[in-house]
Amino acid sequence: MRTLWQSTLLRHLVIAVVAVLAIMFATGYVETFYDYQLAIIAAYLCAVAGLTVLTGQNGQVSLGQSAIMAVGAYTTALFQKMFSDHDVTTQWTLLYSLLAAVVVSGLAGLVIGLAAARLRGPYLAGLTLAIVLVVPAITTHWSSVFGADQGLPVPMNPPPAMLGDGFPNEQWQAYFAVLAAAVTMFLLANLVRSRVGRTFRAVRDNEVAAQLAGINVARTQVIAFVVSAACAGLGGGVVAAINGAVSPDSYSLTLSLYLLLAIVLGGVGSLAGAVWGSAAIVILPYLTAKLMTHMTLSPAAAVKLKDNVPLAVFGLALIVIAIAAPGGIQGLLRRIGLIPQPARPRPAITPAPTQPSPRMQPPSSTEPGAPGSTSDTATSSEAASAP
Amino acid sequence: MDRFIFLTVDGLSHGAIYAAFALALVLIWRGTRVVNFAQGAMAVAAGYIAFSVTRATGSYWLGAIAAVGAGLVLGVLVERGAMKWVGHTNPLTAIVVALGSALVIEAVLGMVYGVNNRPFPVPFSQTKFTVRGHPLFSPYDLFVFGVVAAVLIGIGLLFTRTPIGLRMRAAAFAPETARLLGVNTARVLTLGWALASAVGAIASLLILPTGFLNPTAMDLVFVSAFTAAVIGGLDSPAGAVVGGLGLGLVLSYASGYLGSDITSIAVLVLLVLVLLVRPNGVFSSTAVRRV
Repeated sequence: MRTLWQSTLLRHLVIAVVAVLAIMFATGYVETFYDYQLAIIAAYLCAVAGLTVLTGQNGQVSLGQSAIMAVGAYTTALFQKMFSDHDVTTQWTLLYSLLAAVVVSGLAGLVIGLAAARLRGPYLAGLTLAIVLVVPAITTHWSSVFGADQGLPVPMNPPPAMLGDGFPNEQWQAYFAVLAAAVTMFLLANLVRSRVGRTFRAVRDNEVAAQLAGINVARTQVIAFVVSAACAGLGGGVVAAINGAVSPDSYSLTLSLYLLLAIVLGGVGSLAGAVWGSAAIVILPYLTAKLMTHMTLSPAAAVKLKDNVPLAVFGLALIVIAIAAPGGIQGLLRRIGLIPQPARPRPAITPAPTQPSPRMQPPSSTEPGAPGSTSDTATSSEAASAP
Repeated sequence: MDRFIFLTVDGLSHGAIYAAFALALVLIWRGTRVVNFAQGAMAVAAGYIAFSVTRATGSYWLGAIAAVGAGLVLGVLVERGAMKWVGHTNPLTAIVVALGSALVIEAVLGMVYGVNNRPFPVPFSQTKFTVRGHPLFSPYDLFVFGVVAAVLIGIGLLFTRTPIGLRMRAAAFAPETARLLGVNTARVLTLGWALASAVGAIASLLILPTGFLNPTAMDLVFVSAFTAAVIGGLDSPAGAVVGGLGLGLVLSYASGYLGSDITSIAVLVLLVLVLLVRPNGVFSSTAVRRV
């Protein structure tokens, strides 16, 4: 048993399989509307998890995640349309469309990553911001392919026959969405714990030191972009499959900001935090809408408030959490002890005690600015005995 | 030829506005090394104040003064209320807090005014003068050039010739030394934000008459101005001006000759080209890297 738990791959696999089975079982017992919500949360989870790895683990602030979701969504739409035009009706078409979405978005991520490899901070943010704003322009300019503002429909097959007659569509959507999210989380969790994940964090924490240690910084940045793009593409494809349609205004700057909010809410760099974040950005607008139906308002006031109250709440949440609780929900849970702190590996050799310098040290710039990330840096014990 | 002149004048006119907006971004960057992602929202809020005051009093100029004042106040509010509390270890935090502030401001505007487009008051006629049958500038274009030039000269003089400008430059360049010499860096920082926000308010006053007023009206202008600042180099005010004018021209020619749905693609292409060659902007000096 102990060996099982110590192997990262097996541990993650067991957790993923158990979680998927448990959730699939639960979807049969709740209303179909909640199945739909769950499916949407799972779809966004793919994109949010990718973003939290890119921004939290690798330190690249990308405002363009929604554009890549759009790439995945439109690819899925086009492939599904192609399958339906050729009258292919097996259920595997969805899998192929989603795989295509992953590949195409990965390529898009490669292109963006190559362009952005030398950029840091606000320059990168600016580039990704410009990319988000290009999406509606591309769909309008090549409107014969992308359908301009009206978008494209996504032809979907009914749930597979082996699930039984009259199987609710929403439950089927929840199944494949949760499966997609589980695969994404599994792969990302292993990536984060692997050598590649460590190079991500090394580049984030101190680029010069990483270069000195032999890490190819540009290549690491590009790999991070490709990985997060593939996840975003899968998320976008699943959203398109669930909603049955894609249109450019669902993939605007606002969505990118929502994804950013999700990673900040959950805890930047934390995959478990991505779960909290995705749930929050889906559930909160729904809750505020429900709350407002209970309040009696004139129709004009209701329209004004309906879309804007969740925005205001999100904005405030972003500000408060970024300042007061940078670890997000995951960090809060760690602090109050509901989740154990990750065990710090003890160094094999205790170093000689270092004399603190009499000059005042400037604030350390190597301190990871993204709490909530599972960093593997060993803490050296200062009270070490001399060898 | 007519079309070319028209596009050039239009491009320079919009470019001047982007230059002013970009200057506001550069001001804050030089002072705090933070890109003010809330600048668009703050500017459009000032625009709404102008709209309300003009509607209430019937005078454009009162509205304009109110907008500039609102810009000053908003700058102080956002800096003191949100940005001051942001630590400096993680650049993501500043971006997130600024975006959050922008969301809050735009949501409040939506709640108060609704999201429908409102017409914005225009002080001067927008029909072009004609010289020998070719349309050139309109009175409004001249107004825009004049105001932006005045703002640029004013800011330049403020920073180079006044004691307060010297204090602001000192607080941005070497905060600890400035503190030792008696500069209240916190207050100077707030003043910098207030000034930048006022410049943004002026920019929105200038551009809103050419479009519509709604809570997200300045987002695209912000992106264009941010692009202009990035192209010119975030550290360089001259770069902001050149970048703004250049970007205005490129956008104008692109939308005029290639179609208006191409403009954001043109911006992206320009941005990628510049950043591939000069990742720190055209006018940037060699960046000193913190090791």
